[in-house]
Amino acid sequence: MNVLTDNLSLFREGFIGTVELTVVSGIIALVLGVIIAAFRVSPVPPLRVFGTVWVNVLRNTPLTLLFLVAFFILPKILFPDMDSFVLGVVALGFYTSSFIAEALRSGINTVPMGQAEAARAIGMSFTQVMRVVVLPQATRAVVAPMGSIFIALTKNSAIAGSFDNVDLFNVAKTLSNDGYDIAMIFLWITVAYLVITYAINGAFRLLEHRMEVAR
Amino acid sequence: MTEVSVTKDAIPPGADDLVVLKNVNKHFGALHVLQDIDLTIARGEVVVVIGPSGSGKSTLCRAINRLETIDSGDISIDGRPLPQEGKELARLRADVGMVFQSFNLFAHKTVLENVTLGQIKVRKTGKAEAEKKARALLDRVGVASQADKYPAQLSGGQQQRVAIARALAMDPKVMLFDEPTSALDPEMINEVLEVMQQLARDGMTMVVVTHEMGFARSAANRVVFMADGRIVEEATPDQFFSNPRSDRAKDFLSKILKH
Ligand SMILES: Nc1ncnc2c1ncn2[C@@H]1O[C@H](COP(=O)(O)OP(=O)(O)OP(=O)(O)O)[C@@H](O)[C@H]1O
Ligand SMILES: [Mg+2]
Repeated sequence: MNVLTDNLSLFREGFIGTVELTVVSGIIALVLGVIIAAFRVSPVPPLRVFGTVWVNVLRNTPLTLLFLVAFFILPKILFPDMDSFVLGVVALGFYTSSFIAEALRSGINTVPMGQAEAARAIGMSFTQVMRVVVLPQATRAVVAPMGSIFIALTKNSAIAGSFDNVDLFNVAKTLSNDGYDIAMIFLWITVAYLVITYAINGAFRLLEHRMEVAR
Repeated sequence: MTEVSVTKDAIPPGADDLVVLKNVNKHFGALHVLQDIDLTIARGEVVVVIGPSGSGKSTLCRAINRLETIDSGDISIDGRPLPQEGKELARLRADVGMVFQSFNLFAHKTVLENVTLGQIKVRKTGKAEAEKKARALLDRVGVASQADKYPAQLSGGQQQRVAIARALAMDPKVMLFDEPTSALDPEMINEVLEVMQQLARDGMTMVVVTHEMGFARSAANRVVFMADGRIVEEATPDQFFSNPRSDRAKDFLSKILKH
């Protein structure tokens, strides 16, 4: 019996599950990460404090612990009956947002302060300064580390698989319970993860190349 | 005492004072960088600010468009006090052009985009109109042929002239220059000074921090000499350079005129 051919639809389901988890939590992480990075460099002290706390708490907490909080504490106090996919992408997205915010902040620091000042001096608002002048240049410095963050996110999404989400990791568990050869399962699961991470890697390489050409 | 001088100096509305600083104080920690600064700049006036390094010239300049906050005193522009951080302040900053020592052009934008950006984003001018005006301004400062290049591809003198065009594109009421030629190779200083001189002749109100005596003599209505955070002396360029009153100024001039 062959693990892959026997369970093609299960594999497909797991693959799609992992991709969905990665994409949705990636989007959440990106949006939050940009906001938090902006907070951290904003002229408003409470926002800076909020940003710092956000990054430090989420970045220094083990992801599994965040999942435990998301699945066992959050539903009790805030959102009962929340879908496990939603809880999973929230935990992954929040966690990853702290890494994105930090990468962005270091990228922002590569943009000479004088340019932001010049932008302020012609009357741009803080949001305009960030959006029009700082972030486009920070992004260039941040593409490569961002790729690593998304690859880490793909792998981290496996934790969601042990919390009631059907993804590659979850499929591996199911199949090993069904008695298939564990080595073969892991081989195919690994190949599937590699497909995703290589795709991300390639996409970011392309992006990096594009940005170099654009200037 | 300040109150008295304020009322004495009070000018009826409609008078032509464009920039007014009253009793302005600022500290950086323990350092008292601006001490009781009183300075009034009339519309169309060109004021050169001069003084030793660390005397607070840059801080004064930056306080005028609130890139630097002040601890006490009042600053008003065209009769309106500087607002707090926010939309109001952004609007006021658009009326105050600023040219920096290090040019600070937007590195990821072309020369043309550098000059249209403020018009489009802040003044909400249409793109075509903004470009037309930008090209005219680039022509005026003599870099029209560089419009589609990126700042890094330009010489320092060209970059600084683009920076002047960028500031002019906002139709500022007053232009602040903080040592605009200090970062330039000697052969490029004149091309920038000429642009500034032309601007002065065209009636622009200007505050210029510079050690360029030639410019001060030919373009300035007034020289303000600063030392240790205070305005020590104010005079016409002729008076100041040929016959400075204060010892600090004499000392300073003897040092810079030596080389
Ligand atoms: N952000 C800051 N934080 C702390 N101290 C500062 C800051 N900016 C300037 N200073 C100090 O304030 C003093 C005045 O600085 P300022 O830049 O206004 O002097 P300046 O007259 O422009 O000098 P220079 O001719 O060297 O440009 C200096 O002693 C400087 O070290
Ligand atoms: Mg200075």
